Amino acid sequence: MSGMTTRPDRGGDQPPRPPAVETSVPPIPEQPGAERTPDLPGAAWPATGDVPPTVLEPAVEDGPAPKPDRAQYGVCAFLALVGGLIIVDATTRIGHAISTADPIGPKPVPILLGVLLIIVAVIYAVDVARGGTGEPEAGEDVDLSSPIDWRTVLLLIGAFLVNAVLIDPLGWVISGTILFWGSAFALGNRHYVRNLLIAVALSLVTFYTFAIGLGVNLPAGVLQGIL
Amino acid sequence: MDNLGNLLDGFANVVTPMNLLFALLGVTIGTAVGVLPGIGPAMTVALLLPVTYGMEPVQALIMFAGIFYGGMYGGSTTSILLNTPGESSSVVTAIEGNKMAKAGRAAQALATAAIGSFVAGTIATLLLVVVTPPMVQFAISLGAPDYFAVMLLSFVAVTAVLGSSRVRGFASLLIGLTIGLIGIDAVSGQQRLTFGLPQLADGIDVVVVAVGIFAVGEALWIAAHLRRKSGEVIPVGQPWMGKQDWKRSWKPWLRGTALGFPFGAVPAGGAEIPTFLSYTTEKKLSKHPEEFGRGAIEGVAGPEAANNASAAGTLVPMLALGLPTNATAAVMLAALQQWGFQPGPLLFTRESALVWTLIASLFIGNLLLLVLNLPLAPAWARLLRIPRPYLYAGIIFFATMGAYAVNAQPFDLFLLLTLGLLGFGMRRFGLPILPLIVGVILGPRAELQGRRALQLSGGELHGLVGGWVSWVIYAVILVVLLWPLVGRFVVRPLRGRLVTG
Repeated sequence: MSGMTTRPDRGGDQPPRPPAVETSVPPIPEQPGAERTPDLPGAAWPATGDVPPTVLEPAVEDGPAPKPDRAQYGVCAFLALVGGLIIVDATTRIGHAISTADPIGPKPVPILLGVLLIIVAVIYAVDVARGGTGEPEAGEDVDLSSPIDWRTVLLLIGAFLVNAVLIDPLGWVISGTILFWGSAFALGNRHYVRNLLIAVALSLVTFYTFAIGLGVNLPAGVLQGIL
Repeated sequence: MDNLGNLLDGFANVVTPMNLLFALLGVTIGTAVGVLPGIGPAMTVALLLPVTYGMEPVQALIMFAGIFYGGMYGGSTTSILLNTPGESSSVVTAIEGNKMAKAGRAAQALATAAIGSFVAGTIATLLLVVVTPPMVQFAISLGAPDYFAVMLLSFVAVTAVLGSSRVRGFASLLIGLTIGLIGIDAVSGQQRLTFGLPQLADGIDVVVVAVGIFAVGEALWIAAHLRRKSGEVIPVGQPWMGKQDWKRSWKPWLRGTALGFPFGAVPAGGAEIPTFLSYTTEKKLSKHPEEFGRGAIEGVAGPEAANNASAAGTLVPMLALGLPTNATAAVMLAALQQWGFQPGPLLFTRESALVWTLIASLFIGNLLLLVLNLPLAPAWARLLRIPRPYLYAGIIFFATMGAYAVNAQPFDLFLLLTLGLLGFGMRRFGLPILPLIVGVILGPRAELQGRRALQLSGGELHGLVGGWVSWVIYAVILVVLLWPLVGRFVVRPLRGRLVTG
C-alpha cells in the first residue's frame, strides 16, 4: 500500500478554469504556472484550435445543443492547412522527374492527397456546423468529466523537452532520471526522494540491459568511462 | 499435408529453450499490459520494437505474438474486476463480467474467460493454418493493379466501417498518408515534404510514429484527465468453474469462435463487432435470459472467445497479404519491414520457416497463457494497484528511450513530441487512431503498387484496373463508400414499403 498516497495536491492548488475554452499548446513548458496567464497567443498551433476566429456563427440550425464544440473548427483549419502545404510543396519544391519507368512521377500523389485533405476539411466543417462532435477517447484512468488539466500536460512536455535537450550532452542515465522524476512529479507524485531512487535505478537498469546488453543506441554522455 | 509438415517443423523450431523463453516473456508482458490500464498490446509492441533490432527476428516475432494474444487475456481481467475496459475489444465482457464479480462470482467469470480464450485461440489458430495457405496461393496470382485495389479497400474499410464518424476517420487516414509521404520518393529519388531537413530525408521512422501516437499521445491524454481515485478492484481468489458453469459455457465458446475468426480476417475487422454480436446471440439463445444484465456467464464466455478468435483471424490477412486489420497487426507489419522482410504473399514462400515457427508459437503461447492466467489471476489483479504517476511516467520514459534508440538523434525526440501532441489532439477530438497507423504503413506501399500498375499502362488510368479481382474490389469499395446513400434511398424505402404492405 506504499504507493496509495499519491497526488496529495490534486484539486487543491489549481485555479478554476473555464471548461470549454482551450488554450493552444505553445512549446513553453518549464514554468509550472505557464497556463495561468490567461491570454497566450492563440493561433500558435492550429490542431488544438482556439476559439475559431475564421468561421463565424455557422452553427445556426443545431438548436439547443449543449455547448457546441467550436474548437473542432481548429481541426478543420489544421487539415486544410496541411493540405495546402502538401500542394505547395508538390508544385514548387519537388523536381520534375518523369521517366518512361515512372510515367506518373513524384507529384500527382501528393497533389491528390492535398486536394482530398482540403475536401475532408470542408466536409468536417459542415459536419461541425450541423452539430457533429467527436467523442473524446475514454479509458480506464480517464475521467472525462473533468476539464483538460493543462498544468499536468505542460509539466510533462517540459520534462520531455529537458530530456530531449540534455540526452546527448549528459547521457541517458542522467537525462532519463530527470525525465522519469519530472514526469512522476508532473503527474502529482510528491515522494521526491523515493522517486529519485526509482528514477536512477530505472535509468541504470535500462542503460545496462539495453545499451550494453542488447546494443541499443543510448548515449553515455558525461558518464562515459564511469558506467 | 505439406502444411502439416511445415507446422511440425515450426513446432520443432519453437521448442528450443531460447524460443520458449521468448514465448513466455511475450505472454507474460502481454498479460501484464492487458491488465494494466492505459497501455495495450499495440503500444507495447511499438515500445519494444527498437529493442528487438539486436535480436533474431524469429524470437522477436514470437514475443510479439505472445504479447498480442496475452493482451486479449489480460484485458478481460480488468473488465471483470474493475468494470472499466481498457481495450475496445473487452467492452462487452465488462457488461456481464463485472456484474458476476459483484455478485461474488468473479472466480467463475475469470475462469470462463481464460478457458474460453484458450479454446477459441486454439481453434482459431487451427483455422489460420487451414485458411492461410490457399489464400496465399490466390494472392500470389494477383498483379499490381489488384494489389492497389486491395490496399484501397483496406483504407476505406478501416476508415468507413469502424468508428462512428466517417469524416473523422478519413481525416485520420489522410494525416497518416501525409506522414507516410514524407521523405525521399522511392521511385524518382525526389524529396517530398522534407522542407530541406536532412533528418526527414529518410522519412519518419514508423517506430517513432507508432510510439508517438500510441504511447506519448495516450500518456498525455490520460495525464490531462487523470482520475483522482482509481476504481474499486473487486478482490478475487483462485478462478474455478462448477459443472453448471462448464455446461453453460462451452456452446458460447464455440459460437464466439465462429463469429470472431471471420471478422478478424476481413479488413474492416477488429474485435468490437464480433464481441458485440456474440453477446446479443448468447442473450437470444440463453436458457436464462433473465440473468442477462445481472451477471450471466454466457455473456462472458461468448464475447471472450470471439475476442481471441478474432485475434487469430487478424493474422490471416497480415501473413497472407501484408494487410493490417488492427493496430497491433499494423505495428507487427512495421516490425517485419524494419527487419527487412517484405510483407505480402511471398513472405510465406520466402520465409517459410519464420512464418510456421510463428504459427506454432501461437499454440504454445495459448497454452502458456492458460497456465499463467488461471492460477495467477489474483497476482495479476494486484497489478491494478500500481500508482498511476509511476505507470505513465514509465510509459513516457520507455517511449523516449525507444524513439531515441532508432537513429540515436535528439531530433527524433522533438518529432516524437510533435506526434504525441497530434495523438493527444486526435483523442481530444475523437479522431480514430487506427486509420492513421494503417495510412502510414500501407500508404507508401499502395503508392508503389499504383505507380507500378500505371507504369505498365504508360500512365493511362485504365492501368489501375486489372483482372476481375480488382473489379470486384472496386465494386465493394463503392458500396462501402456509398452505403449511407444506399441506406437512405434503397433500404429505407424498401423497409417502408414492407411495413405499409
